Amino acid sequence: MNIQGENKTQNRILSLLPLWIVIGIFMIGPLLVMATVSLMESNVYGGVHFKFSLSGYQQILFDTNLFDEIEFNPAYIIIIARSFVLALAATFLSLLIGFPAAYYISRQSNRVKNILIFLVTIPFWTNLLIRTFAWIIILGKGGVIESSFNFLGLLDKESSLNLMYTNTAILIGLVYSYLPLMVLPIYASLEKMDVRLLEAATDLYSSRIELIRKIIFPLSMPGIIGGSILVFVPCLGAFIAPDLLGGGKKLLLGSLIQFQFSYARNWPFGAAMAMFLLALVILILIFNAKLNRRHRKYEAQR
Amino acid sequence: MKPKDKKTKFRYVWNFPGFGGWTAIFFGFLYIPIFVLVCYSFNSSKFAMIWTGFSFRWYTKLFSNDDIQSATINSLIIAFSAAPLATIIATFSALAIVRGGEFRSRELSNGLITLPLMVPEIVTAVATLIFFASLGINFGLMNVIIAHTVFCIPFAYMPIKAALEAMDPNLELAARDLYSDKPSTFRTITLPLLTPGIISGFMLAFVISIDDFIITLMVAGGGSTTLPVYIYSMVKMGVSPEVNAVSSLMLVFSIFIVTLYWIFNRKINN
Repeated sequence: MNIQGENKTQNRILSLLPLWIVIGIFMIGPLLVMATVSLMESNVYGGVHFKFSLSGYQQILFDTNLFDEIEFNPAYIIIIARSFVLALAATFLSLLIGFPAAYYISRQSNRVKNILIFLVTIPFWTNLLIRTFAWIIILGKGGVIESSFNFLGLLDKESSLNLMYTNTAILIGLVYSYLPLMVLPIYASLEKMDVRLLEAATDLYSSRIELIRKIIFPLSMPGIIGGSILVFVPCLGAFIAPDLLGGGKKLLLGSLIQFQFSYARNWPFGAAMAMFLLALVILILIFNAKLNRRHRKYEAQR
Repeated sequence: MKPKDKKTKFRYVWNFPGFGGWTAIFFGFLYIPIFVLVCYSFNSSKFAMIWTGFSFRWYTKLFSNDDIQSATINSLIIAFSAAPLATIIATFSALAIVRGGEFRSRELSNGLITLPLMVPEIVTAVATLIFFASLGINFGLMNVIIAHTVFCIPFAYMPIKAALEAMDPNLELAARDLYSDKPSTFRTITLPLLTPGIISGFMLAFVISIDDFIITLMVAGGGSTTLPVYIYSMVKMGVSPEVNAVSSLMLVFSIFIVTLYWIFNRKINN
């Protein structure tokens, strides 16, 4: 079928040219410039000295003290570790909250299913900043939670629960931000599941827990892995939740990078951190692509 | 055995007790913060946290706030420039990728489109900042428009690609059989059939641009503050009822556009 006729190649190139130019110059270009900046020396006034240096990367692990000696500085490793732990916890919690919901939605009638899935996607299209700061009203001093505790007499007026500016607050914010991204892929794989498998297993005296463990869970594995990556990756680089709910004191990778460009003005270090985050994400995506390929092979063999 | 019993038994197998309630809690978790925010925007008290009574006061105040108005205008200028640009680029790319058959740069083009989704937003934001700063590109709003266009392309692309894939190629072949030349086939068959997809793509790109915060925060200079960036600076100074009011308006606006998109798409699919 040759709809476009003889000038096909030429047409194709002309149609794709805007994409190549825009993404090439304004997406790949910035990434390359950032990679270059990460290999330069910092300038006290923000910006860079055009001189090759690994100091940006070195700074992640080491600090130069007063006597110009290099010493190990764990501060940034702690931030990286905290980002990892919080991102993992957020992924796990999202799975815990999202899985039963995804299952329940997948077993509804088509009409109900469509509406519920639409309700899951709405928050994704609304402003993340606004949705996160709504949590300040809930968790903050004198906010919804504290005033309801006051009302119930569980807390006296002067004291506070100090919910804000904690790792827990950041965790709530992260789960809240990316929960829909966990539910959608799990739903997609559960929706394809054949209910007759569950019936057959029940006829053969499977218990409920066995149904989940041996049928539902394995069949939704691609969705679980996909959803976990969709939650874990943005959590690693999150900026809004740690900034608003962590009060900027509990830095995560994302807020640390932003801080280097807004206040600290250490561009090579910020760029090196961003390269580090980018490398992590690329590794995760490669890992995922490998898993997917294996899964497809497995599906094909059956 | 009566059929009714059979039905209850059938349900019994795949319905797990408690999952329904859990799903209700799940939706509560997703929507209660939004609900709380909107409620508090009608609070008459000057202190955002303490409820004193119902009032429209903060909404009327918005109309006399010059900063909010100029931020809104900036947001709209950016979205109305970036979303059409992204949609045009996405449309041409989709036509080439879906209709172009197998060709060498196909995988590459696919990769380029999804790249803005793969790279963490904060990385895109600082990379774009470094890029503009080190090349000395400073065209005010134009910088933000460029950054938004890049980021909106994948969102505009998804519905357009889906619409193209769902289109029956026989319609175009039939038109060609009836001696319609290529440009007029494109104009009278392909484009009209693709329009719903293009409109959907535009709507998604528009919402993404209006709501974008991190990239705008890093890229926008002094005079090009957008509404989300303005809201951020206000929240940083402390939550005020006025912020609640602007934010509620933004939320309602986004939900409205996305609902429109959904209804629109459902009509097409039916």
